[in-house]
Amino acid sequence: MTEDLYHDIILDHYRTPRNRAAELDGSHVHVHHNNPLCGDELDLRLRVDNGSIPTIDAVAYDGEGCSISMASASAMTEAVAGRDLADAEDLAQNFRAMMHGEPVEREDDLLDGIAFSGVAKFPVRVKCALLGWMALRDAISTFRDGQDSSRVVHEEPTL
Amino acid sequence: MFDVTTLRKDFPILDRQVHGRPLVYLDSAATSQTPQQVLDAVDRFYTHYCANVHRGVHALAEEATAAYEHARGRVAAFTGGDPRGVVFTKNATEAFNLVAYSWAMERLGPGDVLLVTQMEHHANLVPWQLVQRHAGFDIASVPVTDEGLLDLDVFDEIVGSGRVKLFAVTAMSNVVGTINPVAELAQRVHAANDEAVVVVDGAQSVPHMPTDVHALGADFLCASGHKMLGPTGVGMLIARPELLERMPPFLGGGEMIADVTVQRSTFNEVPYKFEAGTPVIGEAIGLAAAIEYLDDLGMDNVRAHEEQLISACIDALTGIDGVTVHGPQDAARRGAAVSFAIEGLHPHDIGTIMDREGLAVRAGHHCAKPLVRSLGAVATTRASFYLYNTPDDIAALVRGIDATKEFFGVRNVR
Repeated sequence: MTEDLYHDIILDHYRTPRNRAAELDGSHVHVHHNNPLCGDELDLRLRVDNGSIPTIDAVAYDGEGCSISMASASAMTEAVAGRDLADAEDLAQNFRAMMHGEPVEREDDLLDGIAFSGVAKFPVRVKCALLGWMALRDAISTFRDGQDSSRVVHEEPTL
Repeated sequence: MFDVTTLRKDFPILDRQVHGRPLVYLDSAATSQTPQQVLDAVDRFYTHYCANVHRGVHALAEEATAAYEHARGRVAAFTGGDPRGVVFTKNATEAFNLVAYSWAMERLGPGDVLLVTQMEHHANLVPWQLVQRHAGFDIASVPVTDEGLLDLDVFDEIVGSGRVKLFAVTAMSNVVGTINPVAELAQRVHAANDEAVVVVDGAQSVPHMPTDVHALGADFLCASGHKMLGPTGVGMLIARPELLERMPPFLGGGEMIADVTVQRSTFNEVPYKFEAGTPVIGEAIGLAAAIEYLDDLGMDNVRAHEEQLISACIDALTGIDGVTVHGPQDAARRGAAVSFAIEGLHPHDIGTIMDREGLAVRAGHHCAKPLVRSLGAVATTRASFYLYNTPDDIAALVRGIDATKEFFGVRNVR
């Protein structure tokens, strides 16, 4: 059971994070997401190639949190780099569906993100895995709204 | 002193396995385990004299009433209180809410200060906040020092204003274990304002050390049955009866009335005025058996046993690279809730791997977010001990920490 949660790929992203950086050269949008129940804090920065089809040119995350939240953010950055914004949003929707135990259409496009499918069996950890992807969706909509930053605190279910 | 190996046989659950490993239960600050003697007492009630109390005239009802009132007497004797001041509630939280709605809401108003501390459990914070909206008093807080102690200079300054009309304080922190000098603090609060009352959270202290409500200077003491070997679903308010007499009821219904017309009611005497509806009969009877178990061991012995465990635990944990123990480091100044941090690891990850090793520890904010925040943390991992824990459990905890560090390859993080 624990192996479903801590898949080797997840541990690999935790120990060797990808695209983890406190800054991103030429960043267009920066979002900060906080999950107060766990205390997870995540910063996500996007640089957008704003051509006819706006595309994620570069992405960086930084933060503090449990292995699931940090590894998921790391895997997310690899899966969305180079994708156009609408495509990245669609992929985020796929990841969310997977976390709710629903069938996933774009398994291959999630890259290492697929390793998080086992997290769906641990309801309290689902929000950890979703944090990076929620930050991504927020970053995209913030960019589209012409803003350059956003701060979101995910509500706690209970005291 | 008691023999732990022998008494462990009274706790059937301690024989079970978790994920194929023997259970190492280190979460008694959340809920303690239940000895067979308590299970038998509850069983006897349901198989021999199950009936409602204070009503029927038949034999079962009389036996149930006698047992229920015996339980009240047992709680009073265990805490040094008056049986007329003992109200059974469903948990300690309800006891706090009772005091909030029936005392604070009535007696506190604009200009008054309700003083809490940064160390309090949410149960000793949120009820005051709820009635503050109606009563309009100020809430002030005593900060916690880096050593996990109350900042007494700030306490003296606030109390010196003479405006503090209710002081709510825990006798023992559920996160960092600190034992507060409640008697001394209560004396200062009462000296500064003779109308002031002191509400003591005994949820952690009453199960783990001798308690005397008079020596503490507590006008109200709240505690919880399931943290002291009793069943879930029963808490206690131990109050000065003369205070209860002057307070309006908290919940209305049967049992708590003297007379009822459709327009108005007169209320029963204390403590029954505060026990609306069928009370927690089976649970209180189980709690009485738990108190008998604790009395047989002797609370001084329970405390001495735990002090040895705390001391050994702190020595063991501080010897591990990257591990920090929060709160007082001196076993004499603290209870058996030991929160710690492992550098580079999140408590939820630690808790999950520990669970795989059969270790039940708590990870999170322990319903004490202001305190956890003051530690510069968002969550801690907590191991908490009780009379059935042994040095072997501490050795298992150390092995669990090593396994967790190994699993996540801590060296490589950041």
